[in-house]
Amino acid sequence: MKTFYGTQLSNPLMLGTAQYPSPAILEQAFLYSGAGVATVSLRRESGAGQTFWQMIRDLDVLVLPNTAGCHTVKEAVTTAHMAREVFDTKWIKLELIGHADSLQPDVFQLVEAARILTEDGFQVFPYTTDDLIVGERLLTSGCEVLMPWGAPIGSGRGLNNEYALRAMRAEFPDVPLVIDAGIGLPSHAAHAMELGYDAVLLNTAVARAGDPAQMARAMAMAIEAGRLAYQADPIEARDMAEPSTPVIGKAFLS
Amino acid sequence: MKIVLNGKPREVRAQTLADLLAECQLSGRVATAVNEEFVPSSLRFAHELSDGDRVEVVAPMQGG
Repeated sequence: MKTFYGTQLSNPLMLGTAQYPSPAILEQAFLYSGAGVATVSLRRESGAGQTFWQMIRDLDVLVLPNTAGCHTVKEAVTTAHMAREVFDTKWIKLELIGHADSLQPDVFQLVEAARILTEDGFQVFPYTTDDLIVGERLLTSGCEVLMPWGAPIGSGRGLNNEYALRAMRAEFPDVPLVIDAGIGLPSHAAHAMELGYDAVLLNTAVARAGDPAQMARAMAMAIEAGRLAYQADPIEARDMAEPSTPVIGKAFLS
Repeated sequence: MKIVLNGKPREVRAQTLADLLAECQLSGRVATAVNEEFVPSSLRFAHELSDGDRVEVVAPMQGG
């Protein structure tokens, strides 16, 4: 199994911590799913931050802070520095938002920020598109992980462009690849893993489900199923039927 | 002096960033930036504030 900057994940589900009905349900979602990584963010201190941090520590998972909501290189780099200090980790989920409606990454600024942060000693997890050239540039900038979107954040549409995601897997066979964003159903998550992706990062699909803990469990099971299926070398789809029961030896009865 | 703390204008007595955090009872795991520049916790005692400074104090929060 591939490692993420040298770290092996106990479970290839990276689960967001936002939008849950309550902290208790958030905890349950982590417990039921066994998610290996929790994504977190930084916001202006209003008093709630310290309690939240204590709860995350108690989950005993790896923490991946994000730069959500950043629109410029400078803003993202400053946020990353603050996150490194607060969360005591070199990991940073680098988000540079370029479009208000689609939350599509601004890949030009993303590459620039990834370069700066890598030089500053960060281990960057870039939230990117499925563009191969951008992926290549991110790797050249020092990223050792790529996180292409499945679909826009929070849209729940699954893998919008399977062809591009397949191409990305084929182009970067040795790079840990994470589908980040757009997952709505366990079948989407299984699909990502069946394509050979190494992990899935999701939040809304679990947090906004009627029963987040149960959905978290379903996601984890789907991810495991998809991973096993990929390793088991699935058959190719074909257009025509092929009998599975042997034809030879069938009794002559008509 | 007058500063802007997390987007809100404020009259404070603090002379340094560390004093400001104490005065505003912002403790625990927080990170700071002054005028959009990150100030590491190790430099807060030495970082003198000026009138009109924009100070950001952030803490862990839920995220996706």
